[in-house]
This record gives sequence, C-alpha cells and structure tokens, in this order.
Amino acid sequence: MSSADWTPAWLWLAVIASGLYHGVNPGMGWPLAVSAGLMERSPRALVAALGPLTAGHLLAMLLVLLPFALLVAIFEWQRTIQIGASVLVVAFGLFRLANRRHPRVLARISPAQLGLWSFAVALAHGAALMLVPIYLGLCRQAELDGGHVAAGTLINANLGMAMLVATVHAIAMVAAGGVCAWLAYRYLGLQFISQSWFNLDTTWALSLILVGAIALALNLS
Amino acid sequence: MNIRPDPTFHASPKLAMEAPPESFAYTVLLSPDASKPDALAVIDVKPGSSTYSQIVHTVTMPNKGDEFHHFGWNACSSALSPLTGHAFLERRYLIIPGMRSSRIYIVDTKPDPTKAAIHKIIEPEEIFRKTGYSRPHTVHCGPEGIYISTLGGSGKEGTDGPPGVFIMDCETFEVLGRWELDRGPQQLHYDFWWNLPRDYMVTSEWALPPQFENGIVPEDLLSNKYGHRIHFWDLRARRNVQTIDLGANHQMALEVRPAHDPVREYGFLGVVVDTTNLEGSIWTWWREGGKFHIEKTATIPPEPAAKEQLPPLLQGFGAVPPLVSDIDLSMDDKFLYVACWGTGEMRQYDVREPRRPKLAGSVHIGGIARRTPHPNGKAFAGGPQMVEISRDGKRVYWTNSLYSTWDDQFYPDGVPGAMVMANAKPDGGLELASNYWVNFPDGYRAHQIRLDGGDCSTDSFCYPSV
Repeated sequence: MSSADWTPAWLWLAVIASGLYHGVNPGMGWPLAVSAGLMERSPRALVAALGPLTAGHLLAMLLVLLPFALLVAIFEWQRTIQIGASVLVVAFGLFRLANRRHPRVLARISPAQLGLWSFAVALAHGAALMLVPIYLGLCRQAELDGGHVAAGTLINANLGMAMLVATVHAIAMVAAGGVCAWLAYRYLGLQFISQSWFNLDTTWALSLILVGAIALALNLS
Repeated sequence: MNIRPDPTFHASPKLAMEAPPESFAYTVLLSPDASKPDALAVIDVKPGSSTYSQIVHTVTMPNKGDEFHHFGWNACSSALSPLTGHAFLERRYLIIPGMRSSRIYIVDTKPDPTKAAIHKIIEPEEIFRKTGYSRPHTVHCGPEGIYISTLGGSGKEGTDGPPGVFIMDCETFEVLGRWELDRGPQQLHYDFWWNLPRDYMVTSEWALPPQFENGIVPEDLLSNKYGHRIHFWDLRARRNVQTIDLGANHQMALEVRPAHDPVREYGFLGVVVDTTNLEGSIWTWWREGGKFHIEKTATIPPEPAAKEQLPPLLQGFGAVPPLVSDIDLSMDDKFLYVACWGTGEMRQYDVREPRRPKLAGSVHIGGIARRTPHPNGKAFAGGPQMVEISRDGKRVYWTNSLYSTWDDQFYPDGVPGAMVMANAKPDGGLELASNYWVNFPDGYRAHQIRLDGGDCSTDSFCYPSV
C-alpha cells in the first residue's frame, strides 16, 4: 500500500485518540457523573449523567464541523478553506496559550444543565475546533477516492462524514470518561478525581497549534 | 497555577477529615480604639513544637481603623468541581476585609506561613464604585470566584440601598460587581453559605451600619429592628427564591452553617437573642419538596445575675443573655458548636438528628457574670466567640471578642485578646487544653480563626462522603 492509503487510517485514529483524550480529562466532565451517582446513591444516575455530557460534546462538534461541510463543497475554494481552518486552529491555540483565564460565563451554568455545560465547555476550550483539520483531511481523502462528483452529492457526503467524525469522537469520549467515572465510583474512590487531574492547559493549547500546523503544512505542500 | 490540584483540596468532607492535621492557625487582630493598625497573627498549632500556641509571625497592615472581623481563602475544595473551571488554583491567599474601612487586604501565605505578606490592597473606593456596597464581611470561594458579603449599602452611613454580596476574581482579585440579579425582599445582610451541587445559597441578617458601628442600639433591639429573616437563593441564577421570617422577637439571625456533605439538604442558623425572654436559639433549616423550611430546634436560657455583676446595658434585666454569636459544624456533620458569648459557655450539640440537637458537651470560660478562668489560671475576658473546628473534628479553637464597640458595652472592663483550644471526644464531650493559650500583643483583640489547609467554615464540597 502507498502512504496515501494509510492517511485515512491515521486520520480516523486521530479522531478516536482525540475523543479518548477529551474523555479522560476531568475538565470535560466525568467527575460530574461520579458526583451524580454518589448524590443519588445509584449507578444509574452516573450513567444517566454521561448522556447529557456526551450529547453536549457531540452537538458542539457538529456545530463547528457542519459549516465546513458546506463550505468545502465549493471546490475552487477548497484549498483556501483548508488553509484558513488550519490558521484558525493555530490562532485559537495561541490565544489559549496567551490567555489562561477561564471563561467565567461557564460558571453561571447550573449543575442541573450538564448538557449545556458540556456543549459550552467543548466550544470554549476549542475541543470541537481541534477536529476541523482532521475532518477536512478525511473529506479530501474521500473525494480523491471518489473522483469528481456533483456539488450536491459532495455536500451530502461531507455532511455524512461530519456526522460520522463527530459520532466516533463522541463515542470514544464517553467510553474513556465513563471508564474513569466508573473506576472512581466503584473502585478507586473520590481521591481518584484529584489524583487523575493534571493541568493540561499548556498541553491543550500546544495540541491545537500542532494539529493546525500539521494540517497547514500538508495543505501548503 | 499548579500542575496538580492543590493537595488541600478534597473532593468530599470525609477526605478532608483524613488529611494531615493543621500546623498553623491564622487569627485576625483588631486595635479596638484604632490607635494601632490591625494585624494578622500566624500561630503555631503543631503539638510538641517549641513554639506551640505562640504567635510565630505577624502581618501588620499599613492603615489604621480597618476593624478586622471575618476572612477567608481565595480557593478551597469547591475548586474540584469541573463546573467551576478553577481546579488548579492554589489555596494561598487570605482575603481579609476591613469591616469599618471597607478596605480589603489580600495576604500571601506562601512560600511559608511564617513569611506571610501583603500581596494586594483593594481600596474602599473601588468597592463602593463597582458594587454600591460597603462594610465587606464574610468570604467564600465558589463557582464564579470569590464571594464577599457586605453589611452596608452605599453612602456614608451605608444606608443608601440594601447590602448584599459581590464577586471578586479569584486570580486577579479584581472586584467584579454585585452578585444579585433579583434580591426579592432582602434588605439586610450578614452571613452566607451554600450547597454547590444543589445550587442554592442561604443568607442571614444582622443590621444596618448605624445599628452596630457605634454600639448596639438598645431601643432598636427592644423594638425588634435587627434582622430576623433567612433568605434562600438560586445560586447560579442569582435570584432570591424564598424568604422566611423567624418572628420579629428572634433578633439577629447570624451564622449560617449548611451540612458539609452536599447530599444532606439541611443546615443550622444561630439567633443571638429572643427579646421576649433573652434566650439564644439554634434553628434547623431543610429543603423538602423543593421548598425550604426552618424551625427552632434548641434554646439556651439566660442566667440570672445580680445588678452589680452586670454592665449598665443589662442591669434593668437582672440576667445575662447567652448571646449566641457564632456557631460551627464539624466536618462529619455530627457536632454543632455554639458560642454563648454572654454567659461564657461553649456548647457542643450532637446534631446527627438535625432537627433534635442534643447537648453533648460544654465548657465554661469567661462570661459577663461567671468570669470563669482558664484551667491554666489565667483570666479570660469576654466570652467564647469566633469558633473554628479542626478538619478531623478533634480540636476546637476560639477567641473572645465580638465587635469593638459591642465588647465595650457588654464587657466594659475590656476584652484583651485570647485564643484557647478544647479537645473534643469522638462521641461527645469537650475539655479545654490547659497547655494551649495564645499571648496576644497588648492593645489587640482577637477575632476569626482560619486553619492552614482549610477548616470547618471555609471549604465547600461538590461530592458526598462515602
């Protein structure tokens, strides 16, 4: 197989890896599921809390990916859009690196609105944005395989791809977060929350810059 | 910002109890006649240390007349909720409001408590301008940063508009503005606390500044013009959802102590005096069916005393009211400590059944008429006042002064600063430690105590004890 054949596999791996990465990060919400389970004294409450956390994350992914699904169908702008998206991701990473303040508006969301909180936190931290270059790469790969097709077909294919990328990412996220929550709830105790929590702000910002920079390099080459 | 959460942040009250015991206590010192600047004393509380129960460092403020009273940390265990987004703050800065000046000091306790120093001073004008409030008082760290309650509104007397709570940024210490969006009938303020996962706040009432700054106003008290209501709020929506009147004779509903375990939806409130019979009382509030309820669950009677034992203020009554000035709940929600500043008693109630407190222990020290000395033989002026419990519930610390001008009315002979400690037995019972006695510098009175690593009236938790 040529290296081009391997590209989609790597990109899908990136979708899953980023989902796992988001899932294990306590900042993306799994301790809230532990709290729900303990407050209600029921493992069902833990599982029930994972629902809105995942739904919120999934919605944030779709909100960011779908506009690109439409834009990238305009064939002559494709390269511009891909470069623009890469620059956007790098810029957001730099912004996160420079501005360490937490978006205070998130603290106004009630603990009962887990879905809204998860949605807002995924947007605010650029979790959704991180997927854009990977997604665009997958669209391009699919297109190379399919050759030239009508714009309408392309939009449908891109929308489908966006749904698929967001869903795969969210499944990886809830699986990782769910395992962490269950371990804390059932076996490791609440100490696990502070023990497993690392300040990833810098790593997170650098990840965004890295993903954006790789995408930019590939697009310019 | 840390790489890991601060080791003094605990997910549950149980984990906080299992943490290492306190090494230092911080106590604010007040110059009652404003002849000297107020100060923060750092006290060694490590048993066996050569400087045990001594002041090992003092941070003296650059101004006079601030009147220190309550204070708190910039960050606590509440930071371990992902909802707040503050997991990597350090418990490092003490936020010390000047209750008379409306100035706020931020004191840095790192790298070592014995080297604590002023980090930032927020001048009164900034608070007036940004909040329209004055006389900052209780400090708690929570979802939106640092919350500070105030006792005065704007204007010189603090009577233009109601007092309330304002928010301060927990990293820059910039005053951000008022917390309330809809205060409902709330017009007075004193203490506040909350249940974070259940998303409600509880606030209490003392009085407006003209009713306390120059001393207690007996006519206002006897006509029931001090605060007697409790308010319940939607914390994130910043909205008053329910106000309950305790009855006008229940004057000065002060300290609010919710159960530490967030799964328990109840808490306690101390009422200083009932004007019909001079009793002090403990109230239990709880939430049931989405509504808050409160009832009087314990009363403490006044003690008869001869006229010559009493200050002029009380001579007409021929009795000493207990004056419940502070209460504090142990981390396991088992024992409620009640300071009776008038009669000179620290009471320990078993509150495992929260609506049926049972007296489990008691210690007499000081008091208007009793004047009980410390077991070490030294005189203890005033009575037990601000009380703080160690995280493990084994040691109970308290000081003796209430408020500059009120001290002078109830204890005209003066209230030189004192801080003592009592050992609490696991199943109830309280005994003063004869080897714990803090000598404060002359001319200073002692107010609230904070323990390094958190204590029973600072930290709020987002996960239940299991």
